[in-house]
Amino acid sequence: MAIIDLANPTRFLTLVNRVLPWLAAITIALFAVGLVRALHAPDDYQQGATVKIMFIHVPAAWLSMMGWGVMSVAALGTLVWRHPLADVAGKAAAPVGAAFTFICLVTGSLWGRPTWGTYWVWDARLTSVLVMFLLYLGVLALYWTAEDPGRGSRAAAVLTLVGAVNIPIIKFSVDWWNTLHQPASIMRMGGSAIDPSILWPLLFMAVAFTFLFFTLHFAAMRNEILRRRVRSMRIMQAQEARA
Amino acid sequence: MNLGPHADFIVAAYAVTVFVVAGLAAWVVLDYSAQRRILGDLEERGVTRRSQRKDDQ
Repeated sequence: MAIIDLANPTRFLTLVNRVLPWLAAITIALFAVGLVRALHAPDDYQQGATVKIMFIHVPAAWLSMMGWGVMSVAALGTLVWRHPLADVAGKAAAPVGAAFTFICLVTGSLWGRPTWGTYWVWDARLTSVLVMFLLYLGVLALYWTAEDPGRGSRAAAVLTLVGAVNIPIIKFSVDWWNTLHQPASIMRMGGSAIDPSILWPLLFMAVAFTFLFFTLHFAAMRNEILRRRVRSMRIMQAQEARA
Repeated sequence: MNLGPHADFIVAAYAVTVFVVAGLAAWVVLDYSAQRRILGDLEERGVTRRSQRKDDQ
């Protein structure tokens, strides 16, 4: 079966029903190992035990941007090829991405208080992530409140592509402006600045969070396909009743 | 495990994460069973999709 064949909702449903239990099991196993490694990682020499917040804050931050990336690719599929599965993928990714962005903001705030002495500052990194969270809410509002789902989807896809401009701003905000938020310490020229005893649990948790994202995303896509079937059947029912 | 003087912040961060992820997972699971139930009801009443009718012909 070619990959393009999976872009058919019925075939996609068959695949998801087969893959989802495995994805969920792998996610649980990765979290079990990742959490044990994270909670037993040594304290940071400056931050002490609060460095443990990093094991959830950083993966959530990565996934908040990855979620927008998934939505952007899906938005292209919706606007350029008008593919129904692309629209399903975009709509299903929005609440998952918004949830991870919310986790990123709250855990960052809880990490900031003991580390910086404040829950919040209007610096470029924090503000650009807050803007992304508000954009997620805007996209969700368009998907969930539009009377005509087709128009709502196209409007959400346009907003998603406009919002994609914010992704490089988030990534490079710590380099372009003087921020309280620290600069990149993992993906940077010259390699990671984090000690391996903390870096490996972080990477493990990042993989676990990524599996969690795709498990929830695929499950939400399955729900959305079923919801569209229900809508289509109700329209048929109404047409028959009128005839 | 000693979480130090800022244990409240660490516990709160993990608690919020568990709460949000559990809420999201519960929403996805409940939504799935709701959609399956509605689809089952419609099929029981003999309602079919247009694509299903094409397959039957």
